[in-house]
Amino acid sequence: MSAEQSLLEVRNCSLRFGGIAALTDVSIKIEAGELLGLIGPNGAGKTSLFNILTGVYTPTEGEILFEGGHVAGLPSHQINTLGMARTFQNIRLFGSLNVGMNVRTSFIARLRNGLINTVRRGRSFRSEEEEIQEEGHRLLSYFGLEHAALHPSRSLPYGDQRRLEIVRALATKPRLLLLDEPAAGMNPTEKEELKCLIARVRDEFGTAVLLVEHDMKVVMGICERLYVLDQGKVLASGTPAEIRANPKVITAYLGESHGEEVA
Amino acid sequence: MFRSYHDRIKNPRLALAAGIALAVLLQLCGGWIDPYTTQVILFAAINVILAVSLNLVMGETGQFSLCHAAFMGVGAYTSALLTGKALPALMPHLAWTGASWASQLTFLPVLIIAGLIAAFAGLIVGGPSLRLRGDYLAMVTLGFGEIIRVLLQNTNAVGGARGMEGILPATNLFWAIGFAAVTLYSMIALVRSTYGRGFQAVRDDEIAAEAMGINTTRFKVTAFVIGAFFAGVAGALYAHAVEFISPEGFNFLRSFEIIVMVILGGLGRPVGVAVAAILITLLNEWLRDLSQYRMVVYALIIILFMIFRPTESLGSFFRGFLPNLPRRGTRTETKPDKAS
Repeated sequence: MSAEQSLLEVRNCSLRFGGIAALTDVSIKIEAGELLGLIGPNGAGKTSLFNILTGVYTPTEGEILFEGGHVAGLPSHQINTLGMARTFQNIRLFGSLNVGMNVRTSFIARLRNGLINTVRRGRSFRSEEEEIQEEGHRLLSYFGLEHAALHPSRSLPYGDQRRLEIVRALATKPRLLLLDEPAAGMNPTEKEELKCLIARVRDEFGTAVLLVEHDMKVVMGICERLYVLDQGKVLASGTPAEIRANPKVITAYLGESHGEEVA
Repeated sequence: MFRSYHDRIKNPRLALAAGIALAVLLQLCGGWIDPYTTQVILFAAINVILAVSLNLVMGETGQFSLCHAAFMGVGAYTSALLTGKALPALMPHLAWTGASWASQLTFLPVLIIAGLIAAFAGLIVGGPSLRLRGDYLAMVTLGFGEIIRVLLQNTNAVGGARGMEGILPATNLFWAIGFAAVTLYSMIALVRSTYGRGFQAVRDDEIAAEAMGINTTRFKVTAFVIGAFFAGVAGALYAHAVEFISPEGFNFLRSFEIIVMVILGGLGRPVGVAVAAILITLLNEWLRDLSQYRMVVYALIIILFMIFRPTESLGSFFRGFLPNLPRRGTRTETKPDKAS
């Protein structure tokens, strides 16, 4: 791996549905361990970009390189095992499983024991279950959810459900974590907690984070670099301060005649 | 608190051993049980195998399947051909009478082969059709079930519509109850593990499961193939219990009967499903005079169940009468959205 290689590189990607272009010629780079924000008005293509990154859609044109390998068009589960994990805008926890089991599902793709060993319940199976148990418990305690391990995941308060989704994604040991509007529906206190949590994920797990968010306070507060999407195109990129001062961004958000600053 | 969300089965092997011991015991006392009761017990055990294996597909993985009886048919015909034609042809000097030692010794491999052939059929159907969901999957599996039935009906080598008769009566209480115990154990052991929770993850949210690295198609096909395997074994046991099989015995109504057991027992609750299978078998005997109008009774039971106890299963229904039993696990009352 060459030194200047990015963790993730989106090269000239376009996504079209018939005549509608959701994304046009988008190029984005994420470095390892970076905390990157992706913002844009409604319908700018943020979620579409997310979806081509995570294998929900295949880009019509262009390529996506993750750690130097092509990932465009691979199925979602394969992209996850390569090291990219995501959360969802509308929380998608496994409702019939409790909190601990939700985290354990993240280990399925990397299990050593298959079907037969599972049914036989041999020593290798039991030691692996112990390992997963400990690791899951460690992650849950790290994010202050260990007390809820046995609760049904749907009984958690909203903020905790979001946190659990992040824990579940982290349990797949990603090198890039994609967060789709994690602050949506949160109150100011929860948003502050979320900011700390995202910073911790990056600092202590060394995971790069791509954050899609509407809440400017959250994005401007923690991201080191930002990309602004508008109408499926990259409008601007740079540090939060640069983005705030960028007249094109202000126009996209507030319209032509206003000169007011965003955020 | 620590480790308590670990999936544990209390003495798993002990439970399995108890089931097999019961099978041996009943087999030894077989002489004192009258033939009719024996037959009912055999049917109950076979239904337990069918219902508990369908539960893996429908209850745990959330895939609606209407061809479980077809897999049963594949197993039944495979085993009948093996014991009726292949084995006597290969080893003509042995006595093939069902109860003879030669029949009994070869019966286990016959059951396994019947299961494997049915599993193979499951792979062929499941591979392409499990990409579909809900109603579409139901239609494809319904179609497959009919294809199998029509194929059997038009193949003279297996008796066509007349069916096959004179199958060795090799199924006894030991094989039937033993296999029911093995099925129940395997299904519980499989699902109560990190691997097995993958089936439920697929049922709860396929998109999230994919995003967590779970190959959802593979999980669905695996569930389908395992389900078909056990259905095949059950078919083989059935064929060698009633000594006569015909394509009509494995039609859509039979599949529906198994579905009723799974729904009444509670989707995703293997023990409840096993209990329901036994109760439905008994109900079948009581309603024998009604013949095909039994289906109306089943449908009525399901409708009544849905009206009065929509989120419950047999297990929790009976638990209502025993208020002090602790509820295990933290399963919520959510039901997967089955082919709505």
